[in-house]
Amino acid sequence: MSTAEQLGNGPDAAPAALEVRDLEVTFHRRGRDLPVLKGVTMRISPGEAYGLVGESGCGKTTLAMAAMRYLAANGTVDAGTVLVDGQDVSTLSEEALRKWRGGKVAMVYQDPATALSPAMRIGDQLAEVYHYHEGMAKAEALEHARESLRRVAIPDPDATLRRYPFELSGGQQQRVVIAMALSVNPKLLILDEPTTGLDATVEAEILDLVEELQGRINAAILLITHNLGLVRRLCSRVGVLYAGRLVEQGPARDVFTDPRHPYTMGLMRCVPRLGMNKTDAALQTIPGTLPALGEPLKGCVYSARCPMAKPVCTRREPDLFAWPSDEGQKGRAAAEAMPADPESYSPHHANPVGEGARHSRCYFTVDVPEMPAETPVLATSLEARGATEGDVLEIDDVVRTFKDGRKQLTAVADVSLNLRKGETFGLVGESGSGKTTLAKCVTGLLAPDSGTVAFEGGVLRPTAGKRSQDALRAIQMVFQNPDSTLNPAWTTRSILTRAVRKLAGAKSGSVRAKVDKLSADVRVEPRFLFQKPMELSGGQKQRVAIARAFAGDPTLVICDEPASALDVSVQASILNLLVELQTKEQASYVFISHDLAVVRYISDRIGVMYLAELIEVGSAEEVFNPPHHPYTEALLSSIPKLDFDTEQQRIALRGTMPSLSEPPSGCRFHTRCHRILGDICEEQEPPFQETPTGHTYKCHIPPDELLALQTAERPAAPVEA
Amino acid sequence: MPERGDPLAPNPATTEGPESGADIGFLELETAGVPGGGLGEQQLLADDAAALEQRRQRRYLARALLRSPTFMTGLVIVLFWIFMALFSTFITQSPTDVDAAAILKAPSPAHWFGTDDLGRDVLARTMAGARTVLIIAPLATLLALLWGGIIGLIAGFYRGLTDEIIMRLIDVLLALPIIITSILILSLLGKSLAIVIIVIGALFTPVVSRTVRAAVIGEREREYVMAARLRGERSAFVMSREILPNITQPIIVEGTIRLGYAVFTAATLSFLGFGLQPPSPDWGLTIATERSFLPIAAWTVLFPAAALASLVVAVNLITDGLGRVFSR
Repeated sequence: MSTAEQLGNGPDAAPAALEVRDLEVTFHRRGRDLPVLKGVTMRISPGEAYGLVGESGCGKTTLAMAAMRYLAANGTVDAGTVLVDGQDVSTLSEEALRKWRGGKVAMVYQDPATALSPAMRIGDQLAEVYHYHEGMAKAEALEHARESLRRVAIPDPDATLRRYPFELSGGQQQRVVIAMALSVNPKLLILDEPTTGLDATVEAEILDLVEELQGRINAAILLITHNLGLVRRLCSRVGVLYAGRLVEQGPARDVFTDPRHPYTMGLMRCVPRLGMNKTDAALQTIPGTLPALGEPLKGCVYSARCPMAKPVCTRREPDLFAWPSDEGQKGRAAAEAMPADPESYSPHHANPVGEGARHSRCYFTVDVPEMPAETPVLATSLEARGATEGDVLEIDDVVRTFKDGRKQLTAVADVSLNLRKGETFGLVGESGSGKTTLAKCVTGLLAPDSGTVAFEGGVLRPTAGKRSQDALRAIQMVFQNPDSTLNPAWTTRSILTRAVRKLAGAKSGSVRAKVDKLSADVRVEPRFLFQKPMELSGGQKQRVAIARAFAGDPTLVICDEPASALDVSVQASILNLLVELQTKEQASYVFISHDLAVVRYISDRIGVMYLAELIEVGSAEEVFNPPHHPYTEALLSSIPKLDFDTEQQRIALRGTMPSLSEPPSGCRFHTRCHRILGDICEEQEPPFQETPTGHTYKCHIPPDELLALQTAERPAAPVEA
Repeated sequence: MPERGDPLAPNPATTEGPESGADIGFLELETAGVPGGGLGEQQLLADDAAALEQRRQRRYLARALLRSPTFMTGLVIVLFWIFMALFSTFITQSPTDVDAAAILKAPSPAHWFGTDDLGRDVLARTMAGARTVLIIAPLATLLALLWGGIIGLIAGFYRGLTDEIIMRLIDVLLALPIIITSILILSLLGKSLAIVIIVIGALFTPVVSRTVRAAVIGEREREYVMAARLRGERSAFVMSREILPNITQPIIVEGTIRLGYAVFTAATLSFLGFGLQPPSPDWGLTIATERSFLPIAAWTVLFPAAALASLVVAVNLITDGLGRVFSR
């Protein structure tokens, strides 16, 4: 484990960095009272890193806001106390609160661009912290600001001090925010999804930074995230929130390798691990949906979705029982001993504040490892899907540029690739790599500047408006954002009806039947058809969007990050649906994503894009194992992985992503490559190397040499466990 | 307002990650303006509770409007004037009956607002004066919304050269002063009610088109519009059936703003003698003809002026109330 050890002091020596006791928070919204947090008790020791995980709406951000006493006007703390560094936050006066925020507690938010004032220079903003909290004069504060920029490894501190936030990249902005947060040595640092929205390589750098700084300044960390891999990377303890209750808590390693709550177990099972492919097994999903806010729940909050639920679970909510086994048996015993009238049951008070101890809010923690799983639906192999029968899509030297003011940027530079019938081609790359632009060129939403796109042998017209109705029917797209992919003013039924009319050319008689069949295929119940998209959940909206894409029995569906905006459990069901439809409808997919594990899971072949170029193409397994392009290698090493049995060699890329308007000469990756050969990489554009199996990548290093280099550093642990 | 569409600018609604990407649905929980700290709730709805919730939402919006003092005050005043415009002649004395014996009499029990220089009852004339304004202003506004809406939709949807040309023409039109231009046109074309309505409508069209265009530009990059294009929908369909239903809020707010201006413009034009002719009890006209009696018989001018002011203020209050409720 690479996180800082806890301080040697016992819990009595120094006050806890954060202590929450029986916290209940309610929001009052449009006349209704919505309880968001209920009975949450947790403790973070000084210097400890604690991860709070949960899906959307579980209340994790609310908890952080309560700790800062920063709840919105319509939120109230109904019960319980929050103590930061021993101080009850509710008793602070306004003036004391201001000093205390930023001084004792600091927060780093998800979007650094909005956390920094766009109207002030970086230097002024940083200096303001010192000036306000430590009363320094301007010059001295500026000096400290420079030093803090240096500590967060910003390349040119002096120049950066004079810049405005919009002149920095996302990663640099987040570093500045972290510098501001840590500048006055807070006792507690709260990170709320600090790297969502940042590229994988940038995310890895930020995590490195946080890890390193934590070791130096002894601040306790509360990391709020939905990404379990991040928690595994940074935190020693983890708490899992579901519907406002803490359902499991304990050391991160133990909780992730041996989950003792059905929800945690469900989460662990639905995340695709690096190395899993759809032909191995389907992703396990959690049936049902999150309970609506404010819905009164009887018994255990998770019981409606729990595969192990017994009648006692719906009668009375379990307490946070302690684990290991001798304590855990108490849960079972309590469940069995529960009288018919739950009111007369005397509760077992577990003590959830002990370090090293584990707790789980379930009567049957003993049985969790054997939790029943869904029967997996396997995807058929490539051959069975007819994937070797010939190319369905041929992209030839497509180029697409944009004007940005006076500069010309090339978003897609001479990309060529072929897609075979029935296969899923995964397209991977960071933001700015050109993958979405390429998708738009294929579908005709954008016309390429040069190059052609051929479908089933015939060259397609560049813009969708000029293509035949048949071509439109055959190539469809599923978009990223579930909230804007469906027209909010239409009902779901009208959306699908229109799609069926236009794409399938159906006449009035058969339209209704077809719409019903489509919604059954994607498992959206008929009653949702009469509602507007606003009333559907994110997962349901994406299902409708998928149904819409399949309305005309398409041959090719381009999926642009279809699951990225969804919670992990919902993502799993969407991926399973896509796999199922592919087998059923014999469709080919181009699957675009920045999430490597998801791409590895769902793709047969993968292409990697960097700075508008396609730099590697091969089967999923080939691309994810040596020999592969150095960029792919670095990308893989930067994702925080969930498994504990592989120690990863982190490859930190030098520099930042170059601008699309001025791509580097020779090999575009040479400015950051950790395997750079020499001047040849800067002067000459590299050729496409090819392995005997047809795996190609754009590099000066031939396959055998690359294989030797890439396996030498990792003697024992392969990337794929 | 975005000028040139930068195709590579990140779509603000689609940053990666569940909590940033998911737009806050109607069960959103507000935070105190914390940057990026929004709870980013996804839709958490049980099935039938959803439909119930939506009905509750609509009732809530209606109730919120009913509870807003600004909105209600404005609404009550406007409804009062509408009532008067329709029924005043049945309630009050005649606004046109001349009584030579009662010229310029101060307000009294017989004539609550006094009489004017021809012995006519000022109260009756004030109440009846609402009629012309309430015919001209709403119709002119509707015309402006119609023409401005079409132009804004076309400019915002097509962008490129079409947009440039249209917007430059709009800029030229916006530079023209409304009153002077109307006077010019009305002098040339005549002063009938219909022409006044058309002229005011036409002169308000540029402003409306700008608002509509901005709203369209915001919507056209949305994914459902892209999905429509991938279905082969024609442009007219996309503009009218896909985009238009989603930009009603800014259009409604713009409409109410224009209504206020239209009321005032109509009154100004009749004040200047363009539009209604005597013996119409139109407020602007009345103020113009009774102006000379201001030192000795202020009531002849004050009441119509107050009536006009109250209507303009009322319309603005409605706009304000609506804007507040919509923005929540």
